Amino acid sequence: METEQTPNVKKKPKLAVFKFASCDGCQLSLLNAEEDLIAIGEAVEISHFLEASSRVTPGPYDLTLVEGSITTPKDQVRIQEIRKQSRYLVTIGACATAGGIQALRNWGDHEEFQRIVYPNPEYLETLATSTAISDHVQVDFELRGCPVNKNQLVELIQDVLQGRKPRFPRHSVCMECKRSGTVCVTVSRGIPCLGPITQAGCGGLCPEYNRGCYGCFGPAAQANASGLSNWLLEHDVSKSELVPLLRNFNADAPAFREEGNRLSNEQDYTDE
Amino acid sequence: MESENKYLLPKQGLQDLILALKTAGYLVIGPKIDQEAIVYDEIESIEDLPRGWTDLQAPGQYRLKKRDDDAYFGYVVGPRSLKQYLYPPRQLVATATRDGQRWEFEAIENVDEKYAFIGVRACEIAAMRVQDRVFLEGAYVDPLYAKRRESALIVAVNCTMAASTCFCTSMGTGPRCNNGFDLALTELADAFVIEAGSEKGEKILRDLPSSPVTTADLDQEQKLQQQAVDQISKTMNPVNLREDLLANLDHDRWAETAQRCLSCANCTMVCPTCFCTTVEEVSDLTGDNIERQRNWDSCFDIDFSYQNGAIVRDDVRSRYRQWLTHKLATWHDQFDQSGCVGCGRCITWCPVGIDLTEEVAAIRGNRE
Repeated sequence: METEQTPNVKKKPKLAVFKFASCDGCQLSLLNAEEDLIAIGEAVEISHFLEASSRVTPGPYDLTLVEGSITTPKDQVRIQEIRKQSRYLVTIGACATAGGIQALRNWGDHEEFQRIVYPNPEYLETLATSTAISDHVQVDFELRGCPVNKNQLVELIQDVLQGRKPRFPRHSVCMECKRSGTVCVTVSRGIPCLGPITQAGCGGLCPEYNRGCYGCFGPAAQANASGLSNWLLEHDVSKSELVPLLRNFNADAPAFREEGNRLSNEQDYTDE
Repeated sequence: MESENKYLLPKQGLQDLILALKTAGYLVIGPKIDQEAIVYDEIESIEDLPRGWTDLQAPGQYRLKKRDDDAYFGYVVGPRSLKQYLYPPRQLVATATRDGQRWEFEAIENVDEKYAFIGVRACEIAAMRVQDRVFLEGAYVDPLYAKRRESALIVAVNCTMAASTCFCTSMGTGPRCNNGFDLALTELADAFVIEAGSEKGEKILRDLPSSPVTTADLDQEQKLQQQAVDQISKTMNPVNLREDLLANLDHDRWAETAQRCLSCANCTMVCPTCFCTTVEEVSDLTGDNIERQRNWDSCFDIDFSYQNGAIVRDDVRSRYRQWLTHKLATWHDQFDQSGCVGCGRCITWCPVGIDLTEEVAAIRGNRE
């Protein structure tokens, strides 16, 4: 209806979605944005999105969403090519933004893992590390979460379409809990929760369901991780509980990585 | 003189009160056990109240515990306060809709809710009056707060116990409710002493099954109220507090506390006087429908002090100092009173147990 009044001579912006080492959950968040999906399909040309369609058109792309981390030499090259083809490159999710759960290999012996899992590891071509997309190319914006919040994803697409700077909170999850009326699980029940040092965006989902936050949105801005673990260690939480809590989906995000390393390097630490 | 306004209400009379408020069209908000805490929530009947439960509070710690008796109000204060209702965490304030070449703007100025609050403590009344000063008595009146506040009815409860985090006596706000309520209750062993503090309250009290109070009832009331005073152990001397803080803006303590503070904003969210918000505009994919929302924000949010391309308070030290000095010092310059009512929520609900009274003592102790 609006298009009749203002004939759209401009081509629709081209959207591409690429996957690296990941579970596909973040891309599926886009498909899961049911009520907005038709509007998105009308607003952009979906140029490359294999989870949605096998129809692929060549780049360059106006907006590229990248899911997953870099774990192979081939992907190291592929991400460079994608960057060249993309006007805006936005990473979606914990894997693309911090290396994901597979970044646990960064603390392990990757050759030993290969020997244990595969009968013929010589056919594998993998890197010893799982790293964030921003370790390899310039990233214009990072959407956090495991998976991303579909409302944030739709809002980000709106922002790009309308040429405005994305504006997402960088504060703690605690603010979302308090705004929703969720009672603090640490204060009222002694449950260890990463909410105070984790970036908002999930809406305080885990505490709402009576469990502690495990940091799937990664560290909040200027997260004081040692401040939180020092308090928890004085209150019946052990290092062997805290280190795995810090080392999960955002294990290699700097603030979580440094605190996990600090605790695990202490003499009394056991990974039982 | 005082006793002339006081009556005795049987415990079950509380149910008559709740029904009377509902009949008068109020949404009744009162204490309820939810998520292992006593919180304000919508209540339907006397059965919803936390009868026989109490709260144990300490820095960074809150636990429910069974009482030895069947008291309805035998607890102190929970994480929510009246601001959750009078100044809600999320509020749609305006919309804009594109109609062809035109934009239509609409400001939200009406609210439907008419609240009656049951169980309001003296410190909470004081906090509401602090927010009144902010939203109603300055050059700019908040129309939504004004409407909710004007229609609200307050049933106060005089504290008969205190938590280890309480310090209302230092701030001169409690524990006794002297004014600012429509009705006030003191819970005795077998009944309530009830008094009206306004015409609205008197009108409701008239229809309740009350009887005259005896001297023995008033003695018991007095004793129980004194019990709350006696249980308060925390202090913060308000004399020269503003000057003491502002003279110590470079004190080492700020940096030390920044090692502990998570800048998570819990203290500001639970504080019944903190009022900062952020305004966000949300559009649909067409860009034709815009909603302007006002959400609770906090001086502990790193982006709260963002302006002209930079963040003014770019470390935890400056954010903690901003909060404490505004609350206790510069609030006086802005609103002619303290921003702290001594309810202790920021102490209990700080996930790392930072106690502002200890911070103040440390800063004062090391003063030249």
